[in-house]
Amino acid sequence: MDRPIRVLVAKPGLDGHDRGAKVIARALRDAGMEVIYTGLRQTPEQIVQAAIQEDVDVVAMSILSGAHNHLFPKVVNLLREEGVDDVLVIGGGVIPDEDMPGLKEAGIEEIFTPGTSTKEVVEFIKNNLKR
Amino acid sequence: MNLGERLLKGDRRACARLITMLENNDDQAINILKDLYKHSGNAYVIGITGAPGSGKSTLTDKIAKEFRKKGKKVGILAIDPTSPFTGGAILGDRIRMNDLTLDKNVFIRSMGTRGSLGGMSRATWGAVKVLDIFGMDYIFIETVGVGQSEVDIVKIADTVLMVMVPNLGDDIQAIKAGIMEIADVFAINKSDLDGADRTKLEIEMNLDLSDQKEYRPPVVKVSARQSENIGELVDKLMEHRKYLEDTGKIVERRKKNIRLEIMKLAEEEFMRLIMNKALGENLLEDLVNNVVLKEMDPYTAKDRLIELIKE
Repeated sequence: MDRPIRVLVAKPGLDGHDRGAKVIARALRDAGMEVIYTGLRQTPEQIVQAAIQEDVDVVAMSILSGAHNHLFPKVVNLLREEGVDDVLVIGGGVIPDEDMPGLKEAGIEEIFTPGTSTKEVVEFIKNNLKR
Repeated sequence: MNLGERLLKGDRRACARLITMLENNDDQAINILKDLYKHSGNAYVIGITGAPGSGKSTLTDKIAKEFRKKGKKVGILAIDPTSPFTGGAILGDRIRMNDLTLDKNVFIRSMGTRGSLGGMSRATWGAVKVLDIFGMDYIFIETVGVGQSEVDIVKIADTVLMVMVPNLGDDIQAIKAGIMEIADVFAINKSDLDGADRTKLEIEMNLDLSDQKEYRPPVVKVSARQSENIGELVDKLMEHRKYLEDTGKIVERRKKNIRLEIMKLAEEEFMRLIMNKALGENLLEDLVNNVVLKEMDPYTAKDRLIELIKE
């Protein structure tokens, strides 16, 4: 069925740098997706409840505070606890290379770091949807 | 358990999935609504409309919290525009309502207009039924930021709240037809700004000229951000509800809207039939080319499309 992909763009944690998240939101919009933008300082619980109510295909999170190893996996785990298994979870921000394997193992399917073209993100989403 | 049964049991994911299916024209969701329609009709629908940036989302958040204090379950449908070019959308109303996200008696859903022009999306009508059956006492529909003539909200809401802000125009704007005529309650938001009293006066003077003497839409100055006068605004919304119920006008209003909804559904189906045929056989493209080349006129092209559906 031809339907727009729905993406929740969220910023968990306490840093206030949302330029990157807004650029991604805009790029996904231009790629024909419906972007639910929830803004700054979201708790993992809020992100998961919003993802459920909005019935999104993708949860895209951005963190620049260094709390990614704690917050990203927490969102994945909460989604699993709620029985949500058809949502693609991706992350972005300033993430050191050595943290990548652990995050991917925790269920973040891809991490996009500074320098990534928005086209890459769009392509990744289109090719990795779970439903 | 199927989606319909899960919805009746208050399953949030079933509620969310059914709205998605309605947005995507999935017949299965329509069939579920056919089965469950008898369970709807308990919710009271309040439409919240106004210009872009007038504070509809922030005000919706504050009003919803007042209703939560009264113990009411609240559903919110927040509509934002879909791009006519890419089909994409930024749905950003939730950002003002994050406090409500974790409340289990609140369900918020963002919707893109997906081509509809009246201030809502085509699936809004169905989504209201889903939230109603889900068990919500009040459903708030926040329209896209409207201009002068996006008045579809009046075709679905029991009460329409029009959100104004100071200094958007003079007294001529207040007497124009269209959006100013559909309000049951006016809120002047950001009323800490200069000009709020003047805006109130202009609306009141316009209301003075109305023949409708039985019910006069109240005009309430509020500040959503500072949570000022929200209680009074909610009282006015409830007074309108009481007026409709005491006079029996609620039945009239809903009947009128059901008539419009049936006609709208038929119109959509009719368009779908024509377009499927026309696009399927590439006829539309041929007609367009003929008209471009002046070998045909648009009126004859329309006749050809209509002939198709009669076949």
